[in-house]
Amino acid sequence: MSGETKKKLRVTTSSLAGCFGCHMSLLDIDERLVELLEHIELDASPLTDKKHVGPCDLGLVEGGLCNAENVRVLRELRKSCKILVALGACAVNGGLPAQRNHLDIRDCLQTVYLTGLGVHRGFIPNDPELPLPLAQVHPLHDVVKIDYFLPGCPPSADAIWQLLTDLIAGRTPQLGHGLIRYD
Amino acid sequence: MNDDRPRFTLDDQEVAFTPGQTILEAALAAGTYVPTLCHHPEFAPHGSCKVCTVRVNGRTQSSCTTPAHPGDVVELHSEELDDLRKSLVQLLFTEGNHFCPSCEQSGNCQLQAVGYELGVVSGHFNPLFPTRPVDASHPDVLLDLNRCILCELCVRASAQVDRKSVFALSGRGITKHLVVNAESGRLGDTDLAVEDKAMSVCPVGVILRKRRGFRVPIGERKYDRRPISEVALDEAEGERR
Repeated sequence: MSGETKKKLRVTTSSLAGCFGCHMSLLDIDERLVELLEHIELDASPLTDKKHVGPCDLGLVEGGLCNAENVRVLRELRKSCKILVALGACAVNGGLPAQRNHLDIRDCLQTVYLTGLGVHRGFIPNDPELPLPLAQVHPLHDVVKIDYFLPGCPPSADAIWQLLTDLIAGRTPQLGHGLIRYD
Repeated sequence: MNDDRPRFTLDDQEVAFTPGQTILEAALAAGTYVPTLCHHPEFAPHGSCKVCTVRVNGRTQSSCTTPAHPGDVVELHSEELDDLRKSLVQLLFTEGNHFCPSCEQSGNCQLQAVGYELGVVSGHFNPLFPTRPVDASHPDVLLDLNRCILCELCVRASAQVDRKSVFALSGRGITKHLVVNAESGRLGDTDLAVEDKAMSVCPVGVILRKRRGFRVPIGERKYDRRPISEVALDEAEGERR
């Protein structure tokens, strides 16, 4: 390889209806983070606290879509990113939050905020700043085109590292046995 | 060893077979894994999941139901067949509610293991999120229909081995579902017992023993350790011994 400095990939990460477990797993690549930072620079991400995403080469999205704000953010990410990755079980198939999908959202809200055990003088939050919940939780590919999927709850640090190193090298990610996990 | 048995071609390999064997049985015996979900060596071929589909002399067939025939040219892996197989598995994932992180069968599940084997990383299709019941009425058994893939192994085991006919399939097409043979429709009102064959054949996490959850930790289960392609070949060899 020639001595010229390779341009760093601009990467954004986001957590929608997720638990940040996938972000924790990303940090779990440990000392490889140092090597990673030689190849990427972070744009908007919970790790940088930058709120609005600029043009990026790669977007890693954790979590599914449980409310209108998730959908807005995802569409913004899709517009900004050349490659968009669904990171983790919730992004891939809705995950744990999607287990409310066979319940009526009104019943859910009433149980949680009005009639549930230990609720006194409850009310269903209706502040206009709160994003409206969707009737069902959706995986990302229900709404935008997703380029690559990495399942797992969370995907292991090794699986994330494999995905990132493949993408940085310009290859299609190849995950063998032990790296593709759904649990 | 001089093997004068008849042969067919499986991809680029010559496979000797014993007359009466299906393509799937002959392939397994010859050390080639064929992905399948509804096949069980102790039961007659069922041919319903279609994951074992191969091309025999240019025609698509279920390898579990097609007898091996001398001189046949059988295609198991091609881009087209591998993609078809993957799509079938993805359809099963999106038609039901398969949330592996919260499933007791995770790691022992054949649907999951076949997914790993075929490199399935997403459902691809828009999930249906069907509303399906969980039946906890039986004192020892939990029935979670969210994960049923309609392989009928429990139906076959209960009818043919246990002689109880506890399970059946009802409805057609997308409304097809597993039912319990009791007037109430509840498992608790049947004579299903934990020793029954029907208890041990479910390839996914529909029929579960109660009070057994997570005895073996996630990560240390059957298909966590080794891919199903290796496990299935070992099991096939074990049965021949």
